[in-house]
Amino acid sequence: MATIVNVPEEKILHVNHFEFTYAGSDTPNIKTLSMPIAKNCITALIGPSGCGKTTLLRAFNRMHDLYPGNTYAGEILFEGRNILDTKEDLIALRSKIGMIFQKPTAFPMSIFDNVAYGLRLQGIKNRSEVSDRVEKALKDAAIWKEVNSRLKHDANGLSGGQQQRLCIARAIAVEPEILLFDEPTSALDPISTQGIEILVSELKERVSIVIVTHNMQQAARVSDYTGFMYLGELIELGRTEELFVTPKEKLTEEYITGKFG
Amino acid sequence: MTHTQKRIMTNNIVMVLSTLSALLGLGFLFWILGVLVFNGIEALNMNIFIYEGAPAGYEESGLKQALVGQLLIVLYATAVGVPLGVLSGTYLSEYGQSSKLSEVIRDISDIMMSAPSIVIGAFVYAIIVIPMGHFSGYAGAAALAIIMVPIILRTTDDMLQLVPSTLREAAFALGAPKYKVIIQVVYRGAKAGILTGILLAIARVAGETAPLLFTSFNDNFMNTDMNEAMASLTVTMYNYATSPYEDWQRLGWAAAFILSMFILGLNIIGRLFLLRKRGQ
Ligand SMILES: Nc1ncnc2c1ncn2[C@@H]1O[C@H](COP(=O)(O)OP(=O)(O)OP(=O)(O)O)[C@@H](O)[C@H]1O
Ligand SMILES: [Mg+2]
Repeated sequence: MATIVNVPEEKILHVNHFEFTYAGSDTPNIKTLSMPIAKNCITALIGPSGCGKTTLLRAFNRMHDLYPGNTYAGEILFEGRNILDTKEDLIALRSKIGMIFQKPTAFPMSIFDNVAYGLRLQGIKNRSEVSDRVEKALKDAAIWKEVNSRLKHDANGLSGGQQQRLCIARAIAVEPEILLFDEPTSALDPISTQGIEILVSELKERVSIVIVTHNMQQAARVSDYTGFMYLGELIELGRTEELFVTPKEKLTEEYITGKFG
Repeated sequence: MTHTQKRIMTNNIVMVLSTLSALLGLGFLFWILGVLVFNGIEALNMNIFIYEGAPAGYEESGLKQALVGQLLIVLYATAVGVPLGVLSGTYLSEYGQSSKLSEVIRDISDIMMSAPSIVIGAFVYAIIVIPMGHFSGYAGAAALAIIMVPIILRTTDDMLQLVPSTLREAAFALGAPKYKVIIQVVYRGAKAGILTGILLAIARVAGETAPLLFTSFNDNFMNTDMNEAMASLTVTMYNYATSPYEDWQRLGWAAAFILSMFILGLNIIGRLFLLRKRGQ
């Protein structure tokens, strides 16, 4: 069982005995994992390559359902429901739990339409409401100044860092409860990375954030809580500064001091 | 001779041979085009667009019936073939993916693509012309549509698969239902490629003669009733070119020239689409 210390009362997600197996895999890729995700905080997931960080993250918005044959067990509680329930409305779930990917995923349409996309999905048709919310999202994602004069231009004309901030704007425009980030800066230069980190830290006032990262300095800089995963299991979860300074588990200590991974 | 010298010599021989054969191919191509343009332009005049076919020796004879017939048949074939091809390509890429059924459909469509077009003409003759009791523009359009579908299906399938799966995931992650992901995101990403595939498929069927011989047959006079036998540029060209009359042969050249320019135009537009896409 994992060591879990000092996680506050208020949780946005609760993972209980979660188990996950990819189609075609004979052993579970995530083994009976339990962990709380704190509300309005940033939780970082770290661990060596292949330990299951992405797999766990993608379970939170049921991304695995896009591909046939993957199996879940256990529960993930969100707003009092088990979101792994087969009757769960995935469209509603995903509009509350957004996701930012490793590589920017700007849609082949204008900058404005990218950000308006989720709003229109929710049936918001009023033009002035759409454009107000697009503007607000772009401002919140700290990219408004760079794009306000070319909202009608193709989003693929932006730089990688700008596209990633555009994707964040698109995700926050629909005002989700949770945002999931899977190595959002690993394809970016240091300056863009810093921009995204600042942005993520500011966002936690409004959303709860889970961020997967390979970069331990990044986890230490931005997150409130850090979970260390190893071979499909959670080894330790605690306040970030404690986990990095005084880890409770030997495995955690070895990983953060660079003995393996 | 040292090893290096040998290698350099082999290299030179291969280079000279391949350059020569490329030049030979190009030479024939320009020869064909040259003859076509020379004879075609000479045969072109306004009468061709104004008059229908007439017995040999008449001044006032033209290709109006063939131009109109060709356009109608290709238009009807496109109206059926494009939606069928695009939708089935969408099924393969977005729904069936690598299931057994999709693999079988892909294989069958590859086989159909290499089936001789005359066989497809014979098939349509058996299932449409014989039951109806007469040739018709519809039968011709059906034959061309059958030839179009596998081409469009395959390019649509390929182009949709080129759209990165992360783009689809990003749309799903915003709470989009599958049909919206396909129509609003995936189609947009593959637009240029699919359009090119459609244009090339139209260009391909516009030049078909064999399947029309048994289906829409021919008509020397203007006819816009798709339920009747109908002229086309290709069949008209075949009839006129093999006739002994010089003025008919000239009309054959004109038909060949107009048809080639139409197909060349479609090909160029298709390629421009792709170039623009790559330039982005
Ligand atoms: N689509 C898949 N099908 C089958 N197995 C998979 C699939 N994706 C990942 N796996 C396996 O599941 C395990 C966890 O993978 P996951 O991608 O979650 O690791 P990760 O911690 O995100 O690694 P990284 O840091 O390299 O991104 C690995 O053993 C991997 O091989
Ligand atoms: Mg990963």
